[in-house]
Amino acid sequence: MTAATAEPRRDAIVSVRDLQVRFQTSDRRATVKAVDGVNFDVRRGETFGIIGESGSGKTTIGRALVFLLNPSAGAVLHDGIDPTALSRRQFQSHRRDYQIIFQDPNAALNPRMTILASVLEPLQLAGVGNSAERERLAREALERVGLPQEFGERYPHQLSGGQKQRVVIARALTLKPKLIVCDEVVAALDMSIRGDVLNLFADLQRDLGLTYVFITHDLAVVSHISERVAVMYLGQFVELGPTEEVAERPLHPYTIALLSAEPRPLPSSMRQESRIVLQGEVPSPIDPPSGCRFRTRCPHAQPLCTERVPEWRELKPDHWVACHFADRPNFSNN
Amino acid sequence: MGEGQPAQRKSEVAREGARPLLSVRGLGIRFKTTQGIWQATRRIDFDIAPGERVGIVGESGCGKTITGLSILRLLPGNFAGLDGKILFDGVDLASCSPRQMRAIRGKRIAMIFQEPMSALDPVFTVGHQIAETLRVHSNVGEEEARARTLEMLRRVGIASPERRIDDYPHQLSGGMRQRVMIAASLICGPQLLIADEPTTALDVTVQAQILELLRDISETSKTALMLITHDLGVVAETCTRMITMYAGEVIEDATVDEALVRPLHPYTSGLLRSLPHLSPRHGRLPSIPGRVPSIAEMPAGCRFRARCAHATKGCEAEQKLQDAGGGRKVRCWRFAELNLPGALHPPDTSASARVARQ
Ligand SMILES: Nc1ncnc2c1ncn2[C@@H]1O[C@H](COP(=O)(O)OP(=O)(O)OP(=O)(O)O)[C@@H](O)[C@H]1O
Ligand SMILES: Nc1ncnc2c1ncn2[C@@H]1O[C@H](COP(=O)(O)OP(=O)(O)O)[C@@H](O)[C@H]1O
Ligand code: SF4
Ligand code: SF4
Ligand SMILES: [Mg+2]
Ligand SMILES: [Mg+2]
Repeated sequence: MTAATAEPRRDAIVSVRDLQVRFQTSDRRATVKAVDGVNFDVRRGETFGIIGESGSGKTTIGRALVFLLNPSAGAVLHDGIDPTALSRRQFQSHRRDYQIIFQDPNAALNPRMTILASVLEPLQLAGVGNSAERERLAREALERVGLPQEFGERYPHQLSGGQKQRVVIARALTLKPKLIVCDEVVAALDMSIRGDVLNLFADLQRDLGLTYVFITHDLAVVSHISERVAVMYLGQFVELGPTEEVAERPLHPYTIALLSAEPRPLPSSMRQESRIVLQGEVPSPIDPPSGCRFRTRCPHAQPLCTERVPEWRELKPDHWVACHFADRPNFSNN
Repeated sequence: MGEGQPAQRKSEVAREGARPLLSVRGLGIRFKTTQGIWQATRRIDFDIAPGERVGIVGESGCGKTITGLSILRLLPGNFAGLDGKILFDGVDLASCSPRQMRAIRGKRIAMIFQEPMSALDPVFTVGHQIAETLRVHSNVGEEEARARTLEMLRRVGIASPERRIDDYPHQLSGGMRQRVMIAASLICGPQLLIADEPTTALDVTVQAQILELLRDISETSKTALMLITHDLGVVAETCTRMITMYAGEVIEDATVDEALVRPLHPYTSGLLRSLPHLSPRHGRLPSIPGRVPSIAEMPAGCRFRARCAHATKGCEAEQKLQDAGGGRKVRCWRFAELNLPGALHPPDTSASARVARQ
């Protein structure tokens, strides 16, 4: 049984089957395969991390998960059903359960609206309750994210970056979603407040039973917060498994290189001296390499890698990889 | 030096020997704004020895970029004044003539920025831009300038430079553009390279290449490096000494190993503790409460006071950057009694050993 035809797991809140998303370039001459055949389930209540370099397709997957864009091929199922088969009305109410938060809180908040008005907006659009009820829900959401009540009357420019990101989170919470896609949500925040916001996400998950898809290019963040993590390269997953496994016993040469490239804030005695420095940069998704897409930079590439696309296989329980040679002994220690 | 640390940080040696290449004393920068005069940075003191690699770290807005720009006197239009001295090889850059400054800028001190695209001119080939820098500062002919440009492009790791030299900036990838910027900055053989977030816009695998290049170049050509970054990992991998800034001031100055293992300032310690690398997976991340005060509401006395868990009576007094022994400096009068945790302390060996093994 290949992954593409697999039945969704019983605990899957989202199932992605052979997802493809293509874009036309601005001159309309070429097609970008932003996401090119991705399979995974997000399990209810977990934090599912997606890591990869810029342009690898993380945001595109995130947007497809919440139907901000439609797949070019393949399917995204919510709780086992295909939301695109719903009536328009049903679809509108259904999608409230699936929210997305982006990196830049400034882009998400209207500078001329008070904080309270911003948080009220999604409730108004969804036509929830009467105005007193909506205000109560909005204030409750602000409270949840740890903002004092008087912030409701302030404007975005009177808040710090971390506070604005809290407002954006509050806004997403008002509709009581089941799942939130968090796309680089701490990237724009200062180091000293990142921890606060990550702690907030953990608290909300515990209290509200939320599921997260946590997208980031920051290894330390993803391995801190997620139970499972997928590594993305040029529109495809190259590895997926429990965070512990992927971070400590990575199977794919790209994951190994990423872990090795990450600068670590450790004294010299604890830092590894030899690191794998990959040559070159990520090739264009308009015309990706044949066979294994990583082969142009892979230190282990063989002739077979040019000819054949590596199969997406479950090499260890729950630990998937796409590399012809990932099962060679000592492969990952080279 | 922390216990069990190899005492081979080169900066120690460098600092004891030759006189500093750069010596900044009491540097402060003011800007005109609609709300009046803003004191963006103040009382900045630090030295950089010849060939030394120093990281300047701190959160957004603490004054890192302004400090770098002020050394080259490249301050923005609403600049309203500069206090203090910037001694570079005996010349005070704070008071030298514009002509002297032009002779130093680009030749003896060079600077590279986060976004190489904005620093490169889109209408000229990269080869032309690098060669021009050389020709402005030295008396070389066109042919020699081109030959040296090719050599420099090769040195910074551009494959087949003879094919790339006539490319325009938009034809290059982000990593290649940053290499071109580095080539342009090094072509005159500067004694000091100021690099402001040179890898922040790059992917982690490309970042690793550029950091390796900077380290390698500084070692082989004895170019001192002032690396501005908010990423403590980048400093640890690249530099020998780390200067931490907070709210427009230098608050700590130590070798990287000392600062990471045994920070003396509560802010440095707090920053280190808040890094997810150093906390057990899925555990709570320690964080620093509150936020950096804005310039308009800067408190008197210790600027970190409102967020500091160790604040007591006495912290409302102005804090001097004081000598903490062994070449270290710290702006906190309580440093000797605090015994603060660093990157490894309290020794959660499981987490840190795990990080180290990967
Ligand atoms: N032209 C200007 N006019 C007024 N204030 C300014 C100007 N340029 C910078 N500042 C202020 O000076 C302080 C220091 O700015 P600087 O750019 O040096 O910060 P930084 O440490 O480099 O931050 P980042 O990490 O975000 O690059 C900030 O408070 C900033 O708002
Ligand atoms: N609306 C779009 N039109 C054209 N190309 C796009 C669009 N959105 C994304 N892309 C391209 O798709 C690829 C993946 O992009 P993205 O999902 O944003 O990557 P990531 O979030 O991993 O940085 C990139 O090559 C990007 O340029
Ligand atoms: S399939 Fe080949 S090129 Fe691809 S990752 Fe494995 S060894 Fe490298
Ligand atoms: S001077 Fe006082 S408030 Fe400032 S860092 Fe030291 S202990 Fe904290
Ligand atoms: Mg993205
Ligand atoms: Mg800056």
